[in-house]
Amino acid sequence: MWYLCVFYHRLLSYRRAEVESLAEMFGVFSSLEWMLPENQHPDSPFHLVNLPSEDIARNIANRSILVKGIYELWGEGSSFEQLEEAIKSYPEDRKLPYLTCETTFKVTVDSFGKAISFQEQNDRIKSLAYIPFKGRVNLKNPDINFWLMETDDYGAPNGLPPVVQKRIFFGRLVGGADRKLLPTYQLKSRRYLGPTAMDAEMAFLMANQALVMPGKLVYDPFVGTGSILVAAAHFGAMTMGADIDIRAVRDGRGPDCNVWSNFKQYGLPLPVALLRADNNLPPWRSGLKEIFDAIICDPPYGVRAGGRKSGGRKLLKGIVGPYTVPDDKRTDHIPSTAPYSLAECVHDLLDLAARMLVMGGRLVYFYPVLSEGDVMETHFPEHPCFKLIASSEQILSSRYSRVLLTMVKTGSYTDKVAEAAKTKHQEFKENYVKWLEHGNLHSSVFGPAHLHLGEETDSKLCKELKPKYRGKYV
Amino acid sequence: MRLFTHNMLSSNIKGVSNGFPLRIEVEQVLEKQVDFNPDFVKNLFPKLEWKALVDGARTLGYAELPEEADSSMLESEEFLRKVHHALLELHLEEGALTCPETGRKFPVTKGIPNMLLHEDEV
Ligand SMILES: C[S@@+](CC[C@H](N)C(=O)[O-])C[C@H]1O[C@@H](n2cnc3c(N)ncnc32)[C@H](O)[C@@H]1O
Repeated sequence: MWYLCVFYHRLLSYRRAEVESLAEMFGVFSSLEWMLPENQHPDSPFHLVNLPSEDIARNIANRSILVKGIYELWGEGSSFEQLEEAIKSYPEDRKLPYLTCETTFKVTVDSFGKAISFQEQNDRIKSLAYIPFKGRVNLKNPDINFWLMETDDYGAPNGLPPVVQKRIFFGRLVGGADRKLLPTYQLKSRRYLGPTAMDAEMAFLMANQALVMPGKLVYDPFVGTGSILVAAAHFGAMTMGADIDIRAVRDGRGPDCNVWSNFKQYGLPLPVALLRADNNLPPWRSGLKEIFDAIICDPPYGVRAGGRKSGGRKLLKGIVGPYTVPDDKRTDHIPSTAPYSLAECVHDLLDLAARMLVMGGRLVYFYPVLSEGDVMETHFPEHPCFKLIASSEQILSSRYSRVLLTMVKTGSYTDKVAEAAKTKHQEFKENYVKWLEHGNLHSSVFGPAHLHLGEETDSKLCKELKPKYRGKYV
Repeated sequence: MRLFTHNMLSSNIKGVSNGFPLRIEVEQVLEKQVDFNPDFVKNLFPKLEWKALVDGARTLGYAELPEEADSSMLESEEFLRKVHHALLELHLEEGALTCPETGRKFPVTKGIPNMLLHEDEV
């Protein structure tokens, strides 16, 4: 059945991807069908989605972060007359069970892009008198929630997606996101914070993309303050994290201000394991594979906080020969590290995931892109064991965006794949200087430029069509 | 550090061909109760190196695991609870993991194993 799916006007390119992931979590294995209501821009909050049952629709909506509500749509139209006609012709047997005298109900009036006064709201509710409501009104805790929603041409550009024409929707609420989670988990009140802690909304979205469910084992190889794993633990996962920085992973800022205390703060089960390890040289025993259900992370990219890897910079460059740490200095020796290029970091992450994820397991991670105007790089990392199923962009500044990539493991980690990864690892080591110093973000990952002339003109065209509206900022 | 983690880790020093299992040196062991989840244990069981778990548990003072185990034993709740206890409830809080080949010690402090290599080991 087709449902009306109304989104929050946030993180626009994450919205459908989230619903699609949650649909899979609740047992829908074919890809979802979507439509836009008449005259709606793709960035409009109003979408139509085809879902197999109301229970599935409710589960998806209640678990989501970006779904304001999923509704059984009783009618829509470009005018109140059209709406009335539509509601009247909606099948009686779909409507009557929700209109009986035993049920309590409430009608909420909502609008997108303009404010409606209290008086107007009441008038609109009264105008619905043609619907045979028999139950009592209960504003606090009704059995049935009806919503009347509208969007209109707001005239002057106000940063919202363009609306061509007024559209009104009336529906019965099936479920919606529990946004109360966000103030509960907001970073402001997090005990142990770092400069790159993941904000709560994004961490929950990442956990949803990764299909986190009770009993699943989730790993973050760049755990930092643990904020991604906190979200995973909230959804019932067992968690495990590693970081190269011993201060982050062990010491924090004291006994009650560290990764552990971030879990205790919310009464969540503590991580199964935290360790200090370099994802460039992970310490897994040979033969170990397919152990994690999901890997979720925000890798250390140069854009914000560059990564480090084991081995001194001079050593890797070949300026100094290999030397030996004297025996009496070994215990307190602080190993020196060298910068970790984006290309190598991503290679190591994909190799880790290919080996350590179960079949069908998901790798969810951020990937930085340079954006020039509205032109976005669309070439993302690839791996023979993975299929990319979602890429959601969030613009951070006029030059950088970050894209949340969701990849699913579809092929097993064969000896051949393992061998290729080893060769590549060696190559990175031997050509360390080249990778690091020639590489700005792009050339190191993408090789030769990918922009073709045709594409360029196309995107210029797009640019002219939508001058001010940059939806991915929200 | 739990034995669950110990079962996954090896010494990855350059040139070491068999860095598993790491020898456990105990300074302090803690026991912490964790909710019993039989499915987690069942799913994990085929991926465990059993002998390393048995020996590790013994080193931490728990000798209840049988020397040999196979998947038919997963029917027994008593067995699952023992594995659960060994894997998740025993913690090496202070001590070290020693590379079986080179004797290099990876310290475990405040429950966190430090697996980072020195520059001459990569
Ligand atoms: C962008 S931060 C992730 C922050 C984390 N999501 C949080 O909520 O605090 C990247 C982390 O990767 C760590 N890191 C850098 N290089 C690493 C490496 N080679 N292996 C493992 N961790 C590394 C850094 O110490 C940093 O904590």
